[in-house]
Amino acid sequence: MSVLVYIEPREGKFNKSAFELISYGYTIADATKSKLHVLVAGEASREAVAELGHYGASEIRHLNKTQHLDDSVSSNMVAGLAEIINAGIIIMPHNLTGRAIAPRLAVKLKAGYASAVIGIPVSYEPFTVIKKAFSGKSITKQVVKTSVKIVTLSQNTFGVIENVVQPVIEDFNFTETSHSIEVLSTDVQTGKVLLTEAEIIVSGGRGMRGPENWKPLEDLAEVLGAATACSRPVSDEGWRPHHEHVGQTGKVVAPTLYFALGISGAIQHLAGINSSKVIVAVNKDPEAPIFSAADYGVVGDLQIILPRMTEVFRKYKSGI
Amino acid sequence: MNIIVCISNVPDTTTRIKYKPGNKDVDYTGVQWIINPWDELALTRAIELKEAGTVKKITVITVAKADAEPTIRKALASGADEAIRVDASPVDAWNTALNLAEALKNEQFDLVICGVESSDYNNWSVGGMLAEMLRIPSVSAVTSLQIENSKPIITREVDGGRQQVSIKLPGLLIVQKGIAIVPRIPSMRGIMSARTKPLKVVTGVSGESLIEIVDYEAPPQKSSCKIIDSENLEMLAELLHTEARVI
Amino acid sequence: MNFEFTGEQLMIQQAARDYAQRELIQDVIERDTHSIYPERHVKALAELGFMGMMVSPEYDGSGMDTVSYVLAMEELSKVDASTSVIMSVNNSLVCYGIEEFGTAEQKEKYLRPLARGEKMGAFLLSEPEAGSDATSQKTTAEDKGDYYLLNGTKNWITNGNTAKTYLVIAQTHPEKGHRGINVLLVDRNSPGISVGPHEDKMGMRSSDTHSVMFTDVIVPKENRIGEDGFGFKFAMKTLEGGRIGIAAQALGLASGALERSVKYALERKTFGKEIAKHQAIAFKLAEMAVKVENARHLCLKAAWLKDQGKPYGYASAMAKYYAAETAMEVTTQAVQIHGGYGYVKEYHVERMMRDAKLTQIYEGTSEIQQIVISRELLHLH
Repeated sequence: MSVLVYIEPREGKFNKSAFELISYGYTIADATKSKLHVLVAGEASREAVAELGHYGASEIRHLNKTQHLDDSVSSNMVAGLAEIINAGIIIMPHNLTGRAIAPRLAVKLKAGYASAVIGIPVSYEPFTVIKKAFSGKSITKQVVKTSVKIVTLSQNTFGVIENVVQPVIEDFNFTETSHSIEVLSTDVQTGKVLLTEAEIIVSGGRGMRGPENWKPLEDLAEVLGAATACSRPVSDEGWRPHHEHVGQTGKVVAPTLYFALGISGAIQHLAGINSSKVIVAVNKDPEAPIFSAADYGVVGDLQIILPRMTEVFRKYKSGI
Repeated sequence: MNIIVCISNVPDTTTRIKYKPGNKDVDYTGVQWIINPWDELALTRAIELKEAGTVKKITVITVAKADAEPTIRKALASGADEAIRVDASPVDAWNTALNLAEALKNEQFDLVICGVESSDYNNWSVGGMLAEMLRIPSVSAVTSLQIENSKPIITREVDGGRQQVSIKLPGLLIVQKGIAIVPRIPSMRGIMSARTKPLKVVTGVSGESLIEIVDYEAPPQKSSCKIIDSENLEMLAELLHTEARVI
Repeated sequence: MNFEFTGEQLMIQQAARDYAQRELIQDVIERDTHSIYPERHVKALAELGFMGMMVSPEYDGSGMDTVSYVLAMEELSKVDASTSVIMSVNNSLVCYGIEEFGTAEQKEKYLRPLARGEKMGAFLLSEPEAGSDATSQKTTAEDKGDYYLLNGTKNWITNGNTAKTYLVIAQTHPEKGHRGINVLLVDRNSPGISVGPHEDKMGMRSSDTHSVMFTDVIVPKENRIGEDGFGFKFAMKTLEGGRIGIAAQALGLASGALERSVKYALERKTFGKEIAKHQAIAFKLAEMAVKVENARHLCLKAAWLKDQGKPYGYASAMAKYYAAETAMEVTTQAVQIHGGYGYVKEYHVERMMRDAKLTQIYEGTSEIQQIVISRELLHLH
């Protein structure tokens, strides 16, 4: 039996969530006395791939091209490798690719699939993981009963652990051809912090009062190197694009630091942010429910507080 | 074009979740049931396309016992033409997908649309599993759907942006927020016409689960919020660094 | 005996709730503050079928029962009573009156657009010197052979300016007292009609309330509803049903204020615990909940009787009286529970309290309802 971890570089590099996934795979392989295999799908330099060895990736297969196009074909690729290496546990990130491939892969391998798992399994025999239900209102323990198991890991729920090994890197060849999906156009910005991978998120709600007031929020985000986000009313009103909507029906995020600015904290919004490590709320209403979800709160008018806060963090950053 | 929309009957998203003694089952007494929000957006888009004339028929399908029928009727009232209820109590996502796949084998369709997840078990599974079981192509993270000359023009989210693709039919789309913005409220006319729209009940396949929930508990309570004086924001930076250790 | 709603009734309740919680809520404070007519909402609710919801589909209505109407009125009124009164007047006074007592031609011409909600209707009974007292009409409809000549002034008319169709109660034969009163269908654009300025009201500020003056307005004979002298009976029968609408509106104000109070009491902390955990607040909430439930039962009972074709005047008077009194009491308590926050607009309950006051006054004051109830109780007719 072996453990297979699937990761993708982004813009040629690996971020913290990739290292976390390798660390996670290493820990599970160690606990189940299995061998860890890593499949890297995407363009990256050999040096970047070799860095994965810091976290325990000893056996790496590298598909050095970016080509995820057709979920069916991509899941075929992973299934093929899983069979060759006799993978008992397959670990994928809970991101766009992981979520797209894992369910199809589960059917191909008749494997039980636990998505958005939190941290390390609580038991290996039976294989039991922790997972949220009811959008964070419940925490469940779930047993994966099949011999092959697939999990996608919620970001920032395990952490990065160094286990320096000397990796063996092998080229992996797979040519994806799709007869089913045709790409018409692609519009991708590079160099942007992805909301779902961001360490810090600065998010605005209706309390921001209008799209014209977003500049100070963007300034704060820039100072902190953060991604920007918003609550549902803000995206529904068209103040901000829908891909920035964080909450139950929007994106579920798990940054280490989340700023909720002028967000009252409806239960649907909390469902999208309750995996954040630390939440800072600013609201003029001291009774706003966001304060019962937040770790730190500031009560007052955003138009005054926001620029001041940006200045404080700017000074703070330059002082470090 | 004929569209199938898969819908799930879930507790209202504002429901406070309680458990039966032993914490192995959820106590659903007094719960208000709704169409899973993502499925409702999928249905809304299908209805918009039908009104635009590019979709001929919308069929909603769900795997549930008879108590889900109010939710099915609501989908019909909102604008679906027909409904199928697969009579089974699904035991996990796999089992749900299997029941849908078995029922859909007998149906004529061009496109199946599933919400990206359900707000009860958050499994992110059924759409992809169903596509694989039906052996049809799928596109996930779909944020918009147009139909031009009987060809679906799909926008999907990709890292850092979006991509426009088309899919060979029959195909399956896994949709998220953006596919529609505000769910359709059924009109009285719709509610009246739902009375006579066909609702077919088919027998489900027996329950084999690959995943089993063995325990539920409430999430840990957050410790209370520290209020920082708005005149002393330096304190916030200080605490985030020394106490929370996040900057 | 059965307390279950049908699937359709629940669906209508849900549709009304969704619309109210998603749409009405967005601009309700602004519309109240600046007395802005909810044009967008009236149009949207018409498209959903709420504006003629009890009219038969034969005349482009939705054909729903009165129980559904109560459920819908309650949900909309939880958020915005100004919009719900527009709906109530159109449904239970104007549409009902024409459908029940009008001729096929009158229904064809007037009911259809009203039921579709393309046009709004208004019910013109109150006068400067006669509020709820329908017997002493000063407005006259002089019989000129082929037509009536309408003169006089009507006050506090909901939809007074926006309505396209007026139902006007006027005296034709003063010597016959209330048996000389007629009801006429009058086109808003008829020559001789002038509409007074928008009333600057304490509550229900987003509804359109005006006085309407008639000077030698010519109304064709065929626009009279019923026999000559039917007007008083028409007004009484129509108001019987109208009371159910206003009772349901009052119920919605009360239950909406209760919902807000419960939510607030569970969030707001004083002395280290949620105020809901202080008995003074918890008992107050219990009292409010009992009254709201009582009001709801009275409303539904009256609606059910109407749907069964049974006499419902006594029940609808009780529902209107009790629900209005409850609305005033519960909204006042809601402001109290909210403390200082309750006194500012952002928390909604102060508006609900102002709106609630009107439910004790219009479509028959609480005192008029007490008269109706006591006469029936004491067999004094």
